[in-house]
Amino acid sequence: MRLCVEGLSVQRAGRRIIDNIGFKLTEGEALVVCGRNGAGKSTLLRALAGLLPTTQGVISLNRGVLEVELAQNTHYLAHADGMKLALSVEENLNFWANYLAGPSHPRSQSIPQALSIVGLTHALRAPFGALSAGQKRRAALARLLVVYRPLWLLDEPMTALDQASRARLAQAMRAHCAEGGIIIVATHEPLGFVTTRELAL
Amino acid sequence: MTPASTSPLWALFLREWRVARRIGGSGAMGVVFFLTFVTLVPFAIGADPNLLARIGPAILWIAALMASLLSFDRLFQADAEDGSLDLLHLGSSPLELVVLIKCLAHWAASGLPLILAAPFLGLMLQQEPIALGGVVATLLVGTPALTLIGGIGAAATVTVRRGGLLMALLVLPLTIPILIFGVSAAEAASGGSVPFLSPFLILCAITLTAFALCPFAAAAALRYLGE
Repeated sequence: MRLCVEGLSVQRAGRRIIDNIGFKLTEGEALVVCGRNGAGKSTLLRALAGLLPTTQGVISLNRGVLEVELAQNTHYLAHADGMKLALSVEENLNFWANYLAGPSHPRSQSIPQALSIVGLTHALRAPFGALSAGQKRRAALARLLVVYRPLWLLDEPMTALDQASRARLAQAMRAHCAEGGIIIVATHEPLGFVTTRELAL
Repeated sequence: MTPASTSPLWALFLREWRVARRIGGSGAMGVVFFLTFVTLVPFAIGADPNLLARIGPAILWIAALMASLLSFDRLFQADAEDGSLDLLHLGSSPLELVVLIKCLAHWAASGLPLILAAPFLGLMLQQEPIALGGVVATLLVGTPALTLIGGIGAAATVTVRRGGLLMALLVLPLTIPILIFGVSAAEAASGGSVPFLSPFLILCAITLTAFALCPFAAAAALRYLGE
């Protein structure tokens, strides 16, 4: 698995936010994107996820010599959790597990397994709206585990998490890299695990 | 309920259905609005049974249109706010099908109850059984088209804060053909110079056209506005 970004430029509202960025990541590598507020970290991640049109440049994800569909191999975690307040944690995760699932993958976790990894086992049947901000974040992180996708794009994943949960997240990210995944994180905070690369915007 | 593995689109349908049926969802509110609207009409135009019998189908249709309009603006906006809309792009299903499924689930949760309530409210408007049948048949065929056209409006205003009014302004003119043929078929059911089938079949054609075109328009709007 290899992610290549070449000469990427993104324009929003007439202003060039990302200008000619390029990097290559291979299996097991993690990239931390840092920069001041408004530097374009979120824009870069959205563009990589295919949610923003790019002005210039090429983004490609390759498995061996084959180029694979970027959107279907990407997990994107933004500031919003992507969960319905009226549904339970289990219903929300079950929906995403079914909706995002491609061919079943041995590394996809079951919902109880994923919740135990993020430390939220007790909240399986709780309505999502009843959770605290940190618990919501953890439930959103569990979404990354119920469907295996090699590329993780995480936008400020540490927000609202306590120390123990940060350690759990770091552990999950280490495991993902060790299994050959690629992670790109936009963050201001120390991640708690050795990252291989850093990109300053 | 045990989590079961289902197809992505069926999972989406079930989620939309459940959200609409939970407290604060749009399902029950539409029916209550429908009831209130129809109840208000005799107060405004007087309780003359002949007059009510004559304009009853039109009132039921306008009430159904207004009731469906009420719930459209949350169709994509709720997903945009909680971040699900971005994630829906990352699935394997094309966005057009996602839009279609969301519209169908919305119709099942908030359009279908209106159709079930219509005959009872028709009794309050002095409708004969045959006229009630006409109203139900035309609503059954016409309301999916209303939902699909509403889907375009909802997608076009997804980034507009409090875009409900703007959406109504966009959608209402597009619903005029549905209203014309829906009401004329419903009135023709209880007699008149026009045979029932001619306006009814045109209404069917409008709905089929909406099925074919609206998902593409709404998905295009969502893609463009994702920027």
